[in-house]
Amino acid sequence: MASGTSRNPPPFPTNDETGEGLSNLADGDSDEGEDIFVSNSMSPGVCQPVRGGELPAGDASSHTSAQSNGVHSDEDNDLFSDAQLSTDKSGSSSQKELSSSSSSRPISSFSPRPAAMPTTSLEQLEEEEDKDTFDVDVAVTNPEKVGDGMNAYVAYRVSTRTSLPMFKNRTFSVRRRFSDFLGLYEKLSVKQSLHGCIIPLPPEKSVVGMTKVKVGMDDPSSVEFVERRRAALERYLQRVVAHPLLIQDPDVREFLEKEDLPRASNTQALSGAGFLKMINKASEAVNKMTIKMNESDTWFEDKLQEVENEEQQLRKLHAVVDSLVNHRKELCGNTAVFAKSMAMLGNSEDNTALSRALSQLAEVEDKMEQLHQEQASSDFFIFAEVLADYIRLLGAVRGCFDQRMRAWQRWQEAQSSLQKKREVEAKLLWANKPDKLQQAKEEITEWEAKVTQYERDFDRIGMTVRKEVLRFEKEKTKDLKTQIIKYLESMLQSQQRLIKFWEAFLPEAKAIA
Amino acid sequence: QQEGLDDGPDFLSEEDRGPRAVSVDLQTDATLQVDISDALSERDKVKFTVHTKSTLPNFKQSEFSVVRQHEEFIWLHDSFVENEDYAGYIIPPAPPRPDFDASREKLQKLGEGEGSMTKEEFTKMKQELEAEYLAIFKKTVAMHEVFLCRVAAHPILRKDLNFHVFLEYNQDLSVRGKNKKEKLEDFFKNVVKSADGVLVAGVKDVDDFFEHEKTFLLEYHNRVKDASAKSDRMIRSHKNAADDINRMASSLYALGTLDSTDLCKFFLKVSELFEKTRKIEARVAADEDLKLADLLKYYLRESQAAKDLLYRRSRALLDYENANKALDKARAKNRDVLQADTSQQLCCRKFDKISESAKQELIDFKTRRVAAFRKNLVELAELELKHAKVGTLSVTLSVSLLMTSSSPPPLLSLSCRGTCSCCRVVWVS
Repeated sequence: MASGTSRNPPPFPTNDETGEGLSNLADGDSDEGEDIFVSNSMSPGVCQPVRGGELPAGDASSHTSAQSNGVHSDEDNDLFSDAQLSTDKSGSSSQKELSSSSSSRPISSFSPRPAAMPTTSLEQLEEEEDKDTFDVDVAVTNPEKVGDGMNAYVAYRVSTRTSLPMFKNRTFSVRRRFSDFLGLYEKLSVKQSLHGCIIPLPPEKSVVGMTKVKVGMDDPSSVEFVERRRAALERYLQRVVAHPLLIQDPDVREFLEKEDLPRASNTQALSGAGFLKMINKASEAVNKMTIKMNESDTWFEDKLQEVENEEQQLRKLHAVVDSLVNHRKELCGNTAVFAKSMAMLGNSEDNTALSRALSQLAEVEDKMEQLHQEQASSDFFIFAEVLADYIRLLGAVRGCFDQRMRAWQRWQEAQSSLQKKREVEAKLLWANKPDKLQQAKEEITEWEAKVTQYERDFDRIGMTVRKEVLRFEKEKTKDLKTQIIKYLESMLQSQQRLIKFWEAFLPEAKAIA
Repeated sequence: QQEGLDDGPDFLSEEDRGPRAVSVDLQTDATLQVDISDALSERDKVKFTVHTKSTLPNFKQSEFSVVRQHEEFIWLHDSFVENEDYAGYIIPPAPPRPDFDASREKLQKLGEGEGSMTKEEFTKMKQELEAEYLAIFKKTVAMHEVFLCRVAAHPILRKDLNFHVFLEYNQDLSVRGKNKKEKLEDFFKNVVKSADGVLVAGVKDVDDFFEHEKTFLLEYHNRVKDASAKSDRMIRSHKNAADDINRMASSLYALGTLDSTDLCKFFLKVSELFEKTRKIEARVAADEDLKLADLLKYYLRESQAAKDLLYRRSRALLDYENANKALDKARAKNRDVLQADTSQQLCCRKFDKISESAKQELIDFKTRRVAAFRKNLVELAELELKHAKVGTLSVTLSVSLLMTSSSPPPLLSLSCRGTCSCCRVVWVS
């Protein structure tokens, strides 16, 4: 094996990992070119259970890229599996059966290829890329109202397509309701093992919106509300499955796969602006800390400041885009009204050619109204919503930093408890009370263990946070770029249609005599 | 270059003569040419420099200029309206009062809020408000000029003595604005007129031409009024949207300057694009304003002037009919017959005179209207096309620039994704 790996940056682990590690090869998360953990990714301190399989994943990479709404995980410099290249040169990596690749590897069925090859196959693969190449692809569709009256709710179809072996099937779908999504978030957010991770946020509850929907799903504002929520839920799930750790999580798997999910209770806390409230409360607690942490390197402080600045600016941008959406909707309405007025004027005009031209103008304005409507929708769904997502996600990032602080706090408190216990022991020694002394010694051992544990936790969380932030930033960059470019493309389409409208009108205007 | 919206202070450079001919299609001939060569905005009044070139013997010189204010234009207009001899003509509508209040208020608010925004934002907004102020200024100049040109082009009105005094007398005309009493009188006159107008409108006209014109003008006037109001609202929304894009550009710029990451550089480029976009949008709105909204506003006023003419004619007709009745009565009673007779003849002549010129005026009105609409609609369409093409070009260039500097995904799959967003979940059966 090692012989054929001249191209692969990380050395292969030994064979004993292949068996188990490969089944968990889900995450194509070997993207950290600048990953500072490459060397010590083997350390058990890193709370990533499948890290052992990470390195081989470098070549069996399956990408968890999501679809249109643009949450993309990193596909950049991943090298594809050699086995894959040799078995399937056409580039369609839909058959990314990890089991086959694992079996072919020990046999060394591949031959070393020149370094140039991977890039061309990369391009090839990317060119022929469609959803088949993604490892896990989720979509949220078909919102349907279930039940009647105030107990009604909307059920969404969550469809998954995957090539990961840990799932029972390759494609499957389940029905979920909104509280299920919230429940998933809640389960994930309390897991110790995921501390320090940036857990994606589901959309917020909206009493007003839901009440309207419960009453009837037909009017345009309800339709818009449901669509907005559906899109947000989809983006949420796409981010979840794009996260290398979360896709491993049994709760996530259960959410995607299990037919009937027990009803999530306790989602009350997550109502309204619940998330940000939670995060902000945590921040307050951190700020009230009396002992200030002595950072050995300023990375955390600097990063947190950056995050806060960015969040603030994104908020401003979002507010402006929101305003644009509203003004465009207004423009839409006013244009429609004007078009009618123009048509009336055309009717009264007694010069026939002018009358016809005015009617044509009214039609052009009508078409403009539709254009404005679509543009407003694009403003909203492509741009504004994504900005809103990231504002909340940046809040979640801040939350991670706070988690780290709390871990530090816990460690410090444990240390001071240990100190106190030692003082007690010293006193007891002096007072010569052997029975109590024994107890004291036991307590000291206990606390020593705790101190060690908490210190390790703190270090682990620190590393997780760093890693997560880097991953997040890459994802964010890609996501925002893609969305903005998509937005610009929609603007472009608008302009092109505008040209068509006016080109059609111009001869009519010139024909006036 | 468009109507110099964001250009410097040269208000009336050559190309800006565009807005002048916005609403009217006039023949200028060498015997009398009038224009507004300059204008100055002072505190709460505007001073127009009216420039005349003429070969007519009435004037002392062949070329001269005077400075006039809005009130003097109104005085001139009113003198036409009150002149019985001109009852048979469409009196060119008076230009609206220059109104910078809204703009001034905004500038003031901006000054007050200076502390709360960054220097760049402040400068930007100030520039925009100044551009807006300038646009309003140019419009008011154009409207005053159109009024004068209409008068100068009219075969009868151009000979008016008051008009010549207006053009030539280089001292202050000492025309005071109407005082309260006079304004009240005006108000009553209008009330009477509208009531009368209803009465008069009920009078069926023998002449088909005028009957048709009456019906036509009534309906047309109302619809133009409606269209004018709605176009204003639409353009206002358009301007608001352009303002938002402007703020988006600023906000993206702020995001872009936070750091020097890949994303930040991206933001900066997008910010530049939005700057261009919003300039284009602002111009589109301004052109719509100039070519469409102003056109409608002008014809609102002109159609009112035409209605007034019809009213005067109907009034004259009624007077004539009444005089006839009075004559018959006098003949029957055989008293004051001569008086009644002269009165009747006067009324008859007056009515005939008005009818004759009114017919021509209304035909001219139609011709002018059709020509003006044609010119403006063609220009509107051409400008919209031009802006849309420029817009398309800008966005296309920017998008390709942004995409090449972006890391994957490459062009192909991006556009694929773009379309895929419409067909939700095609792959899951």
